[in-house]
Formats: sequence, C-alpha cells, structure tokens
Amino acid sequence: MKLELGYIQIKDIQFSKECKVENGTLFIDPEVVKAFMYQDDDVKAWVKDFSFDIAKPGESVRITPVKDVIEPRVKVEGQGGQFPGVIAKVDTVGSGKTHVLRGMAVVTAGKIVGFQEGIIDMTGPGADYTYFSKLNNFVVVAEPVEGYQDHKHEYEHAVRIAGLRAAVCIGELGRNVTPDETQEFETFGIIEGAKKFPELPRVAYVHMLQSQGLLHDTYVYGVDAKRSLTTIINPTETMDGAILSGNCVSACDKNTTYHHQNNPVVAELFAQHGKKLNYVCNIITNENVYLADKQRSSDWTAKLCRLLDLDGAIVSQEGFGNPDTDLIMNTKKIELQGVKTTIITDEYAGQDGKSQSLADADPLADAVVTGGNANQNIILPPMDKVIGTLDYVDVIAGGHNGSLRPDGSIEAEIQVITGATNEMGFGLLSAR
Amino acid sequence: MAFKVVHYINQFFAQVGGEEMAHIAPELREGKVGPGVALEAAWKGEAAIAKTIVCGDSYFAEHEKEAKATILDWVKAEAPDLFIAGPAFNAGRYGYACATIAKAVKEELGIKVLTGMYEENPGADLKKDILIVATANNAAGMRQAAPKMAALALKLMKGEEIGASVVEGYMNQGIRVNFFEKERGAKRAVDMMIKKLNDEPFVTEYPMPTFDRVAPNPAIKDLSKATIALCTSGGIVPKGNPDHIESSSASHYGEYCIEGVLDLTPETYETAHGGYDPVYANADADRVLPVDIMREFEAKGIIGKLHNKYYATVGNGTAVANAKAFAAEYAQKLKADGVDAVIMTST
Amino acid sequence: MVKEIERAGIPVVHMCTVTPISMTVGANRIVPTIAIPHPLGNPSLTMEEEKDIRRKLVGRALKALTTEVTEQTIFEE
Repeated sequence: MKLELGYIQIKDIQFSKECKVENGTLFIDPEVVKAFMYQDDDVKAWVKDFSFDIAKPGESVRITPVKDVIEPRVKVEGQGGQFPGVIAKVDTVGSGKTHVLRGMAVVTAGKIVGFQEGIIDMTGPGADYTYFSKLNNFVVVAEPVEGYQDHKHEYEHAVRIAGLRAAVCIGELGRNVTPDETQEFETFGIIEGAKKFPELPRVAYVHMLQSQGLLHDTYVYGVDAKRSLTTIINPTETMDGAILSGNCVSACDKNTTYHHQNNPVVAELFAQHGKKLNYVCNIITNENVYLADKQRSSDWTAKLCRLLDLDGAIVSQEGFGNPDTDLIMNTKKIELQGVKTTIITDEYAGQDGKSQSLADADPLADAVVTGGNANQNIILPPMDKVIGTLDYVDVIAGGHNGSLRPDGSIEAEIQVITGATNEMGFGLLSAR
Repeated sequence: MAFKVVHYINQFFAQVGGEEMAHIAPELREGKVGPGVALEAAWKGEAAIAKTIVCGDSYFAEHEKEAKATILDWVKAEAPDLFIAGPAFNAGRYGYACATIAKAVKEELGIKVLTGMYEENPGADLKKDILIVATANNAAGMRQAAPKMAALALKLMKGEEIGASVVEGYMNQGIRVNFFEKERGAKRAVDMMIKKLNDEPFVTEYPMPTFDRVAPNPAIKDLSKATIALCTSGGIVPKGNPDHIESSSASHYGEYCIEGVLDLTPETYETAHGGYDPVYANADADRVLPVDIMREFEAKGIIGKLHNKYYATVGNGTAVANAKAFAAEYAQKLKADGVDAVIMTST
Repeated sequence: MVKEIERAGIPVVHMCTVTPISMTVGANRIVPTIAIPHPLGNPSLTMEEEKDIRRKLVGRALKALTTEVTEQTIFEE
C-alpha cells in the first residue's frame, strides 16, 4: 500500500470572511466552521455554542482544558476520506494522495468532561514540554447545553465529533493548493516484502490503544478498540486518519488524534525501511479493564508476531497504571516467541523520582525507552491570555488543591501538560 | 569571592611514590597538588583548592578509623564549600578511600562532596550515597574526567539544580531525573531495536526494578469474633471529596467514619480517582468498597464487626513511596484500634 | 500498600482485577475481581444479581483471610 503525503506549510492563521489557504496563511471564517460542525445532530443536541480563538507559537497564551488536537487534512486522490467510519463513510484509507496542513492544528477545549484534560502553554517553561506550542492552533471552545453533567458520554462524543469536523472543514481548503513538499510511504505484502528485502530483519510496530473506557476509547475506522481483538493494519492507514483519539487518560501520555496521524514510531520505522530493516506492518492491540481481555489481547499480539515471522517488534503504550500490565504482558509474551522487543513508556516515579516507575515489571523488558517522569513538578507562570478556563486546573490529573495560584500561575506535575511524556516517543523528554 | 575547595588524593597522584609509599599517613598540604591543577584550571577562578590532603591507599584501608578522624578534623577546620576526592579511575583501594571519606564528610560535616572513578571500582558501591562521576579505567582519562568533575563541582557549590546522570556524567543514584534528549523517543526506540537485532550492546533507559516481599501473616482463627476493616486505593470518598484528594498523584489519604452507614449511595459517596471511568463507582460506591455486604455479614454474625473507619487513597499515578507511607501510617492506626484483618480493594 | 499492612502484622487480602500487578508488587492473599471501574459490581446486571456477586467475592476474601498461606496465593474460588 502506497500513500503520498503533500505537506502544505501553514505559517499563520487569520480570521477572515473568506476561507482559503494562500502563501502559507490560513484565512478562516469561524462561522463557516461552526455551521459545518452543527450539521451533526449530536453536536446540535449537546453543544450550546462554540467560540473560536487562534494561538500562535511564542504568544503569552494558555489553552485549557484541552481535549484533543487534530491536524487538518484532505484526501485528494484514492480511496476513502478523512476519519473513515466516523466522519467519512467506512472505506480503506492509506493509499493515494492526502494533503496535510502542516504547522497547525485544531485544538478542542472547554468545560471539563473528565479529569484527564490538559494544558498547552504557547510560551514559557511549559511550552518546552508540548510539541503543540510550536504549532499555529485554531482553538474551538465548546459550551455544553444545560444539564450536560448527567450526560457526559454524549457531551464528550459531541465535542469529539465537533473537533474532527472542524479539522475536516479546514483541511478541505488545502485540496487545490500545491504542496510545499511531498513524501511517499509504502509497505508490501508479507511475501512480496520478504522477497524484496531478504537480508533485512522483519520488524513490526505493536501499537497499544487506550481502551479503559475512561469516558471513551480509541477508535479504529469507527470501531471502539475495546471491542476489537488484536489485529493488523497498514502503517499508511494510521497515517491517513484510520485511528483517532476519543479517550481520556492523563494529558501527558494521552495519544491525541494528532499523535495518531503523525505517529513517530511509524515515521522512524519508515525512515529505516529497506535500509536497516523491513517494516512489515502495525499490530494494534487494546488496553482493557478486564484481566481476561488483557490476557487474550496480549496472547494474540504474541501470536501475530510469530505468524508474521518477525525478528523484532517495537511496542508503544498509552496511559499508565494497569496498562503497564498490558505492556509487560505483551513484551514478555512477544519475547518468549523469540521476537526481540523495544518498548516505549513513561514513568510515575514520584515528585522526588525515588519510587518505582511502572506498576508492573519483568526482566524480559530489557530495552526500554522512557518519555520521562510525569510526576515532576513544574511552575507555569501566568499568561496574558487564557483560552478556555482555569476553573479545572486543581482537579485535572496532575493538579492538586491549590495548583492554581492567586497570580494565575500554576504549580502542578507535568502530567497536566498535553503530550509531555508521550509514549509513542513523540518528544525529546526522557529520564534516567 | 571564589569558592573554597579541599581536595583528597593518594600518594601516587601526589607524586610521593607508588605501591612502596602506599603506607603513608595523611598529610595536609597548602593549595593544589597533582590533579588539582586541572580542576582549578577548569574553574577559571570561580573556585580554588585551599588545601590538599594526601593519604596512602594502604594506610587508609588498614587504619580507616584513624585516617577518617584526622581528615574530618582538617576538613572541619577548613570549612570548605566542597570536598572533592580523586578521581580514582580503577584503583580499588583509592576508590574505596575516596568514596568512604567523601561520604563521611557529607554525613558528618554536612559539606557537599564529589568524587570520581571507574564504574567497576569497588568504591562505586557508594554511588547512591554520594555523587560519583564516572571516569575511564585508567589515569589516561584524566583529561576527560577533570573538566566533567570540575563542572559538576561548580554546580554543586553554586547550588544549581543537578540534571540527569547521563547529562552530568555522574553514576545513576536510582533517582529518576527528567531531561531532554537530542533525539525523540521513537527514533531512540528504533535505534535501540536495530542494535538489539544486530546483537550490539545497547543501554535501556529504565532498568526493571526488583521488589521486596513480606511474609504472610497467620490466618484469622474465628471470623465471627474478628474486626475487619475496609481500605481502598479506588478513591471512594464522601460526596464532594471533603479532603480534596487529588485525582492523580495523591498527596494524602482519607480516613472516613462509616459508623451507622449501611449502604453507600450516589447521594453520599463518590470516587475521586482519575484513572478509571467514574460513572459506575459514582452510581454505587459499594462496587468499589463493599460496605453493604460487610454490614450484611456483620448482621448475620459471619464477621464480628466491620471497623467503623475506612481508609481511602487514589492509586492513580500516586508514587509508590507515598502509597507506602500512607499505608504504613494507617496500618498503625488500624492496629491501635484492634483491627484483626483488612480487605483492600483496588480499581 | 497491602505489603505495608502485612508488615504491620495484620493479615490482609487484596481484591483487585489486575492480579498480575498484585503478584508483582507482592500481595500474599489475592482475590480476583470483575473489572477495574467496578471491581465488586457489574452494572449490566440487576441490583440483586450484582449484590449476589459482591456477596460471593467478599465471601471469598473472608475465606482467604481464614486460610493459612505460605506463599502468594490467588483465591479463584
């Protein structure tokens, strides 16, 4: 399967009556985006109103509580559309040509749904911990209808759909723009690939999807990952919007939709594909709350690794705590099949760094990459402008009573920062 | 004003002599001697070595108590900003002396200390107690070791934050410290994978821990006379979370009276835990903390009594050391209250 | 946490869903439960059925507390 990505570099976003992408600037009329979002019945039912804002790198702006981050794209050639099974109808994506509005994102924010929502600072020390501070962000703030508290699942769903629709609406503006840069990505059939690269070790990516039912889960072609058995997917499908985030784990190690679209493990494996390794495919597996599910899913992962005759598998996690067990079960069982693993996780070693970092452990997990200690304290100075609200800073995961200080600064763990310790290895943060 | 340093070296680096002079007792010299020259050069006037202590390696090993006492007296009298020893490279007795005397200075005089040696030097056993810079295994590594030690020494004296071990060059102390790598995690994972596939050496960023064990206590003999307490890490708290227990990384635990409470209702109890879908626990907290059934068993006489207090923490992202401290503390309360056994529930 | 209670000399049973973690951290008496968000309940059942399950699980925990063990033991029934 071969996918061509055409990158259109977005250097600036401006509100305008006319919607277009011109010379690296996105001109956008928020009313057009709003109308497109309200075409969905659930959005109509649960979101009273939207407000819009733009946050640019280096500005003294804090966005919170952040729910999801999405990169606007548009399918220009080949099968399928954006977010198949959720926005576009179900159809296999991952081939043909897709235009990407690079350097920007849609960020959804607004009244808290769960504890697991984050902070993005566009400048200051907090900005170093989140990649999203480097993007031009089109922020959509949702205002729920009255009584939403008793319908959190419905409201969360509506906000998620709204964010995706906003990204689709904006992505469409890139359809007829000539990309600044294009890149091709291709993986092969099992036998075809083995014939092509007979000398190269066979490596797959075991992509663990958070499915704890923390409000909602990760979706694959619209299927809740919780209800799926471990399966195989082409890397280019994940690059083309097949997987999206609907879940709520702590902000620091939640894989947003943007992370899925730009999965760094996929990118780095492609960088070595045909050179030092043969990138076979992705294996997607879930992180459920029942032990039997954990058992079954990890058995299945190991089984597929053997079936694909892999030499190596890179395993990435999402979340922490009991998913550490899924990670360790996967790793141990894959290693016992004679397939070598390296794993990516993050740590909860306490604010002093002295505690054991993972809830589970096994000596076979001998090659670990870490996204850092999420418990590390940070002081985020006050910002000139807040998009969203500071009302929930004390209660989001990583905050504490008194996190928000009278001067508007925040003392909290880096756990509160969206993407800070990402377990796909998106960032530079690590720990020893 | 420049910071004041006292430096400890052995007979060899003081150019007194080799093994044949290893028996010499400690002597105190003015200013810098031997490797101190390189250290001072790296400090560029910001710090200076006031005194150098020279001691024979065999003397220290055979007369540790006397040597320690003498050296501690000298260091105390000098009251330096930092005590630095070595580097000892792979010299075993020298490394042992450097680490031992540095630890003594730190613990008994409260003075900042630093030493350096090869990772397999027996002195490196003390790496958790004191900062030890990792060096090459022989003195040819002085050119690399001196600036590394000097830089870390200066940070210590200035009271600056010490970064991660791999950044600063000291031996890992088992404390996790964050830092920014040059490559992103996914690239590091793929590079590590390629090394592992090619049977080349690689270094894991997180070595797996080992866990201690506690022997099980004897069983309850007569349940019908036993007082049983409920505890949970599932964050069940009275509605409104009166103690503000954090949804993640909890800094304290809750102690709640359930005298006369027969059932946990949505109006009275909820969960503060941020790591699982709270809907089910908020609708009926007995699903996490089974007060209803325990009351039933109490009424039927199956158990003697349900203890009138329960203890709750939020397990989500809470440091093991904190969780341990909470439990250790309330275990003593349970014991003092005459509780015979505990049911701990987790989510 | 269970270990600290055990260390204080009080027998303790750990009721949890992810028993592998309980084994790794060193609980001695372990009773497996239903699911992480509702270890002692099952919202898809009626209140009475749920209580039955809870009764059974708590009963199992009490049985664990009255059973002598010499090593880490999972009480499946």
